[in-house]
Amino acid sequence: MYAVRLWSIRHSRGLARFYTFFEAVLVKLAPVWAFLGHRRLERPAAALERGVKGLLFDCKMCGQCVLSSTGMSCPMNCPKQLRNGPCGGVRANGHCEVKPEMRCVWVEAFRGAERIPGGLEKIRVVQTAVDRRLEGTSSWLRVVREKTGTGA
Amino acid sequence: MIFEDEPVPGYPLPILPGHTSPGRLERVLRAGAFAVTTELAPPDSADPEEVLRRARIFDGFVDAINATDGSGANCHMSSLAVCALLTRVGYAPVMQISCRDKNRIAIQGDILGGAAMGVCNMLCLTGDGVQAGDHPQAKPVFDLDAMSLLGIARTLRDDHHFQSGRKITYAPRVFLGAAENPNALPLQHRALRLAKKVAAGAQFIQTQYCYDVPLLRTFMRAVEDLGVLGQVSILIGVGPLRSAKAAEWMRTNVPGIHIPDAVIARMAGAANQATEGRNLCIDLIQEIASIKGVAGVHVMAYRQEESVAEVIERSGVLKGRVPWHPERDQQTSADRKAS
Repeated sequence: MYAVRLWSIRHSRGLARFYTFFEAVLVKLAPVWAFLGHRRLERPAAALERGVKGLLFDCKMCGQCVLSSTGMSCPMNCPKQLRNGPCGGVRANGHCEVKPEMRCVWVEAFRGAERIPGGLEKIRVVQTAVDRRLEGTSSWLRVVREKTGTGA
Repeated sequence: MIFEDEPVPGYPLPILPGHTSPGRLERVLRAGAFAVTTELAPPDSADPEEVLRRARIFDGFVDAINATDGSGANCHMSSLAVCALLTRVGYAPVMQISCRDKNRIAIQGDILGGAAMGVCNMLCLTGDGVQAGDHPQAKPVFDLDAMSLLGIARTLRDDHHFQSGRKITYAPRVFLGAAENPNALPLQHRALRLAKKVAAGAQFIQTQYCYDVPLLRTFMRAVEDLGVLGQVSILIGVGPLRSAKAAEWMRTNVPGIHIPDAVIARMAGAANQATEGRNLCIDLIQEIASIKGVAGVHVMAYRQEESVAEVIERSGVLKGRVPWHPERDQQTSADRKAS
């Protein structure tokens, strides 16, 4: 929801801190997820992720979440799906060129990043092209696999 | 500037040490000359002569010609085809690649194809949204963004493989560019975005129209502070305004274009507004040329392409230099044959 999405960006600092904690717990519980099996967990995990992140960020389930690097503003809400910063068409009022009623996802992303300690360093990192095969999958489980090498 | 190793039109120049392309634009920029580029609006036609006629207007005044890729999301002849026609007679085109209409499979194919046709410069763009053009019912692709496109093009050139990792046998030897808009929000982070594009592979930048010089100065200072000035050639976008009314229309209706009130007032106060538009453009070019870090100008004169020669000539930025164009060196090559 648009209003909730803007709220989340206003509270990017707290959400970023929560996610750091949440990810640490997820990773710590890696043996549990491995025991239950990532393949079996994939559907419920993706559904849960879709529910929570859908509400907070209008998450589009790209499967390779970069919210912590984009000031908690989901770049997949950009009509051009830009993952590396705003296009040149941002309106003078900070709204989107394609959807004039929506605030530019990247103007918001910079605002969010300014609130997170180290956020402006993270937003500078060049994000590579999206792997479209991961669409609809849980990026939480993927993070666990990448950080621990378990559950593959 | 006449290069001693000037080839037959359509044939590439030898690649100099430290250069990535056999192109004229990279040579001019790396030699430190003030470069001039312009934009060719591809025709709504399949007639090659229309492309060549549109290019000839700029003869002797520009170092490279951008072939737009469905600019404003409107349908025209493809930029790859325009570039292929231009390289046949020796012009140095800048092939614009927009992420709007093609996915990574098509784009990587075009980069190889363009390079094979003699295209030495490629400009990686995001592209306007489809809602802006004449086919709003089309599917916007945006598989890549300008930044990931730059990375993929650089990988093809320097690491000789596709994004998939599959090897290519002969790399596209290209000079890579990107766009930036110093006038759009978030203003204080625009320089950072340029630096990010340089990190992703951009060697030259062509900006959106800059009518606000103080704003541009602030932007260029921010770019300097980020320490990227030495790594990239920045060409500032300029263009003659047709009238105060046209300027007002542009700034209200074209997202990303910022024209200060003072500029509009100057246009409105003139007896002949079209002439005043060219005078204003000349003043801008001269002022911009003195800003630290500016490597040249990119003149966009849509539907008044014939004014580019006059604007550049009167601005004096070429300092007597005659950029290459077909037949420029006829005398020289006749001499060479005789000796």
